[in-house]
Amino acid sequence: MSTTTVSSTTGTGGGLALRGQKLPNAAFPVIAVGAVVLTVLLYLVTSIDSTIQFVLISGVLYLIGQTVASVLVEGSRRAADRFVTTLVYLAFLLAVIPLVAVLANVIAKGVGRLDVGFLSHSMRGIGARDAGGGIYHALIGTLEQIALASLFAVPFSLLVAIYLVEYGRGRISRTISFFVDVLTGLPSVIAGLFILAFYILALGQKPSGFAGSLALTILMIPIVVRAAEEMLKLVPHELREASYALGVPRWRTILKVVLPTALPGIVTGVMLAVARVAGETAPLLLTIFGTDSINFNPFSGPQSALPLYIYSQAGQPQQTAVDRAWAAALTLIALVMLLNVVARLIARMARVR
Amino acid sequence: MTSDPDGPRTHLSGDGGSVATTEPTSSSDAARVSPVDVFFKNLTRTAGLGLLALIAAIAVFLVVKATSALNANTGHFLTTTEWFPNASPPFFGVAALLFGTLLTAVIAMVIAVPVAVGIALFITVYAPRRLAMPLAFIVDLLAAVPSVIFGLWGLLVLVPRMDGLQMWLTDYFGWIPLFATDNGAVGRSIFVASVVLAIMILPIVAALSREVFLQVPIAHKEAALALGATRWEMIRAAVLPYGKPGVISASMLGLGRAMGETIAVALVLPASFGISWKILAPAGNTIAANVANGFAEANNTGRGALIASGLVLFIVTMIVNMAARAVIARRREFSGAAS
Amino acid sequence: MATRIDVSGLTAFYGKFKAVSDIHFSIEPKNVTAFIGPSGCGKSTVLRTLNRMHEVLPGARVEGRVLMDGEDLYGPGVDPVNVRRAVGMVFQRPNPFPTMSIYENVVAGLKLNGTRKKSLLDERAEESLRGANLWEEVKDRLGRPGAGLSGGQQQRLCIARAIAVEPQVLLMDEPCSALDPISTLAIEDLIVKLKSSYTIVIVTHNMQQASRVSDTTAFFTLDKTGDPGRLVEMDKTEKIFSNPAQKRTEEYITGRFG
Repeated sequence: MSTTTVSSTTGTGGGLALRGQKLPNAAFPVIAVGAVVLTVLLYLVTSIDSTIQFVLISGVLYLIGQTVASVLVEGSRRAADRFVTTLVYLAFLLAVIPLVAVLANVIAKGVGRLDVGFLSHSMRGIGARDAGGGIYHALIGTLEQIALASLFAVPFSLLVAIYLVEYGRGRISRTISFFVDVLTGLPSVIAGLFILAFYILALGQKPSGFAGSLALTILMIPIVVRAAEEMLKLVPHELREASYALGVPRWRTILKVVLPTALPGIVTGVMLAVARVAGETAPLLLTIFGTDSINFNPFSGPQSALPLYIYSQAGQPQQTAVDRAWAAALTLIALVMLLNVVARLIARMARVR
Repeated sequence: MTSDPDGPRTHLSGDGGSVATTEPTSSSDAARVSPVDVFFKNLTRTAGLGLLALIAAIAVFLVVKATSALNANTGHFLTTTEWFPNASPPFFGVAALLFGTLLTAVIAMVIAVPVAVGIALFITVYAPRRLAMPLAFIVDLLAAVPSVIFGLWGLLVLVPRMDGLQMWLTDYFGWIPLFATDNGAVGRSIFVASVVLAIMILPIVAALSREVFLQVPIAHKEAALALGATRWEMIRAAVLPYGKPGVISASMLGLGRAMGETIAVALVLPASFGISWKILAPAGNTIAANVANGFAEANNTGRGALIASGLVLFIVTMIVNMAARAVIARRREFSGAAS
Repeated sequence: MATRIDVSGLTAFYGKFKAVSDIHFSIEPKNVTAFIGPSGCGKSTVLRTLNRMHEVLPGARVEGRVLMDGEDLYGPGVDPVNVRRAVGMVFQRPNPFPTMSIYENVVAGLKLNGTRKKSLLDERAEESLRGANLWEEVKDRLGRPGAGLSGGQQQRLCIARAIAVEPQVLLMDEPCSALDPISTLAIEDLIVKLKSSYTIVIVTHNMQQASRVSDTTAFFTLDKTGDPGRLVEMDKTEKIFSNPAQKRTEEYITGRFG
């Protein structure tokens, strides 16, 4: 394919070259089978011994085979297009496989141990080697901590979002907006370290569920502020003007007209934030201390939490502990996914309306 | 002149319609402002300022609580690789941890970004429309899987399965220093931790890239197609140049997230100290993972030392995140001026 | 390098919506044909079927035949990429690639087609920019971004980009609707000049423009909203604007409807 031939075919106008040479559809399965066969041969003669490699190598061989065939028959442009198309599909598969594998493993390994007894018992008096025990205490802890965190974070974040959208002008509002971004990128372990430094070390308080919920609050704030901000911005300006025109004062307009209009979107944002912090481990590790017993009072004494429970059980060498970790992981995923799906359903329903 | 779209053609305008939020200026209707209005405005403003105070408090308390430990430290905090803050005298430094943090995060990004761009292209350009929405939904859901679960899976499922691949890499590519090992020993390595991190940041990078690819004006794509571009050539001429700042920004946000990730890394890495480029060897640690691993046995100085390392992480992630925002902001100015 | 176009039984859909129904017409080589008609009559849709750009939109499809020098664009084995290389297109809004310079924009199509030689690219870039009456205005700033030009210059840049690959046919979808009168005049002059080498089809909302630049005019209409558009009549431009055969055409060009 020299440049001169290209320009002459398009330039002389001697008939239109609408049809390109095309690989027959049957060629692709043939190449795929060839790639797999070749991989099997490699498998036999070399030291390849894992499924991950098998998939990777046959994928690469298929890519090479297809590209060579395409260059020969269809030319380099079409070959490049096919090459990238295959690459994009492979990228998608490559990404979906581990992500699905995580979910599948958690379900498969967790479902055996997950029963009513597991949900309704604590770990009090249960050693790592013992078969019993459950997550009741951790479930209580997680629910109380995320409830408290929402209680602190949601009103505060709403006020910040209202300020940014309805009142904020100039430097202060730009600065606040910038630092909301900074908080968004704050590693969760830093939130835990801050509560450790401030609440536990500086104020001399004991670790408690409350301390954990403070750390989670810091992580929830930026998510809720951003979500609420987006939603408040979407409220049409005419709605506000209509309310002003009726002589309704600004604060009532915001509380009675703007907020209710934006409410479904804000609820979605809050639920996504809750789902996000419900799975946080690092900040809790530093603030709630963890316990094997049931502690209903988040303000006094150490509490447990689901993610922390998984972390501590997963670190044990005994299979009984590992089984508990998987079952707790399944519970946590179910909780988080439930929150996510409900949140997105609310968002979708609100959009339809 | 009016435009005349024949039939339901969709025109995407390049200038994203931002919602105007102007309101009557307070000076013109100052007479009507009630005390409640003033109170409410001040309440929201106080919340906003409270957020600034929170950030300031985070910085101040991390510094204050780190200082006493740093004063007691007999090593140089930034260059020492050992971590003995609980000994007397305490001797510790963040060098090995910072190295591990940066190395795992960068490798994770190198693995995740091309795949994430592939996913974003698949959803926005290649997948049939009926499939695109559910796929995007699934990717979003996977972003919500808690990190402790990725850690659990990484430790118990992925680590044993990666042994074969790691041994193969060191057998055949061991001459590359990065893939060298000591006597072929592989295991809970920087590489495996990076793969776990890559899987974790994949959904977020893919989701952000997808957003920018969706914003590419149809006019640009049609311009390329009308010139006789194949799909890939259209992507190269219209989609990638337009989406590049967004992808860079998304990658850096992913990098920031990978650096701050704690529990998954703490579960996968064996928590050793030392600077080594042998990414397949069972060694390595990160700042965040070290906080999780070292907290339980830390005494007062030990906690201060962990807080000091957290301060370093705070600064590094903040720099990365700000750089990411700067890239996107510059791009916004650029496209705003062009349209 | 001009081509004759024969369209028969052409019907175009957007999903379930039938945009135009059963269109038949022929276009002579080296001839400017104008498509006129009220909004929603499907004239742009028909234009976009002539280089298979219609099907780029999700859910869009085409039935019928479009022959270029006797070869069906929708025949089996025909590659839309090759079709679009042979049939250039200029859009309603100027759409130079925002990240490319003026020069890169002009040679974008050539580079796609594998032309790499710098001297050949330079030669073709100048030729095309001269062809688009833009060379004198931009020859000193070829490296500057294409998006920095005025609207009219951008549109001429897009025309230069389209003719740089030496297509057989040039399609223009309301190329002046986003431009001021002076730029419009420049484009119209250009169309008359390009007629000597290309078969040109132009969709326009502006009847004066159609009468100024075209040899043949096709009038499309639709009976009511939701109905598919149809071709009412197609004839020499003087005839359409002086003595049309159909009453609907006369009503439209005299401004009584549409």
